Amino acid sequence: MSLFHDVALQRLFGGLIVLLIVATVAGRLIARRAGDERALTTVRNLNARINAWWVMSVIFAISVLIGPIGAVILFGLISFLALREFITLAPTRPADHRALLWSFFLITPLQYLLVGIHWYGLFSILIPVYAFLFLALRIAISGDTTHFLERVSAIQWALMICVYSLSYAPALLGLGIRGHGTPGPTLLLFLVIVVQGSDVLQYIFGKLFGRRKIAPHLSPNKTVEGFLGGVAAATLLGALLWWATPFTIWQAGLQALIIALTGFAGGLVMSAVKRDRGVKDFGTIIAGHGGILDRADSLTFAAPIFFHVTRFFYGA
Amino acid sequence: MIASLLATAAQIVAGSTVRWAGCGPTDEQRIYIANHSSHLDFIVLWSYLPPWLRRRTRPVAARDYWTRDGIRRYLAAHVFNAVLIDRVAAAGTPSGQLGRQAVDQMVEALAGQHSLILFPEGTRGAGEDLASFRSGLFHLCQARPEVEVVPVYLDNLNRILPKGHLLPVPMLSRITFGTPLRLQPGETKDAFLERARQSVRALKEAA
Repeated sequence: MSLFHDVALQRLFGGLIVLLIVATVAGRLIARRAGDERALTTVRNLNARINAWWVMSVIFAISVLIGPIGAVILFGLISFLALREFITLAPTRPADHRALLWSFFLITPLQYLLVGIHWYGLFSILIPVYAFLFLALRIAISGDTTHFLERVSAIQWALMICVYSLSYAPALLGLGIRGHGTPGPTLLLFLVIVVQGSDVLQYIFGKLFGRRKIAPHLSPNKTVEGFLGGVAAATLLGALLWWATPFTIWQAGLQALIIALTGFAGGLVMSAVKRDRGVKDFGTIIAGHGGILDRADSLTFAAPIFFHVTRFFYGA
Repeated sequence: MIASLLATAAQIVAGSTVRWAGCGPTDEQRIYIANHSSHLDFIVLWSYLPPWLRRRTRPVAARDYWTRDGIRRYLAAHVFNAVLIDRVAAAGTPSGQLGRQAVDQMVEALAGQHSLILFPEGTRGAGEDLASFRSGLFHLCQARPEVEVVPVYLDNLNRILPKGHLLPVPMLSRITFGTPLRLQPGETKDAFLERARQSVRALKEAA
């Protein structure tokens, strides 16, 4: 059966298109009402974000509809670009060059190859066992021990966040669920819609009702009101998508709550990385959003946790 | 065709954010001077010029490096239209003559209405600090004082492809174009070269 004829997928993508149209119209209406220069800047950024959402949604939809290989390649590319942004900020030295070549051109593709062939036993340990130990050895052999520990840790952490964690999103395509076979794309869509929806909803609630800063040192734009409103709304959104998943409505809501909370945690941690390195964004590749990692930060925490929670409680 | 493919490839590898901070990409005749820490430097700087500007900008490069094999000879002559200068003296040639020859070649290129890309440190550094500038830049500006000198800072290219490596690690980089300067009447060689060097260095700190 072609994925184009999957009713759940049709509805999810249909809903996404409706949402984007509503957002685009709302963005244009708000733009007309913007009064002063500061409001105008915010609205411009808002509309740039909405436009980027169209592009990202189309790319995501196409790659999911191509079939499992499409999603694996898409997330592989996202990981590659995310790793690029992360390593750019990492305190590496010329002696790490070979270790970095291995990371970009062997470990990253290999991780996604293992995910693509659903070899759970190996893709779940390739980076934290083999790659971590190998990279430490490779950098030791280079002979430059200045800040050895910092350099090794930074490269390991970059692979952990950008490659290992993100690869759990397409890994959902191979996850068997008791009594449901391999639901595949709908699990991936559920994760991505809830985690990105949670980001957007936190942004909207924050802009509308935000007063008290929740983490002033890490992320000055995040507010208590945005966090509570966004997480609650994302939980509701997830619950309402239960029909597309193997979960009951309550289970879907609880899963969405876990996704929203871990996603928020991912955003906080990645903000700490940016503060440490003295940058505002990881990159400039997505207009209005920043870098790939600025958009995928919540997914880096939510994807592996969602995978393992689902596997533990529902796995076949 | 080959030029635009090569430029695209260079842009993909370098992933630069380009900032025209002190001037715009206009068709004034210029000498772009940049820090030199990687084999990628000139091709990346060249690739991020708009295509129409690229065609009229010639890199100044070392003859011994760019004539080592057929591919490089072809690229230097037909794609980059490089001004190839001699770094290595033939036996019996006084070194001063080598420098004068190079300046003459660059002046000739400027007479052909081209802009130049020049690395006044002469050779690649480790990327930490700028070496002092060679005097060729001064003599060139003396010959053509009306041509503006645009300082450029290339950030992170030395990490993408450090000295002694063949394969690049695709990190992100930055190119900053600064405010043009010109040789002032009566300015001494050392003063001018140091001023030019500081103008490139200032872009590093601003970046």
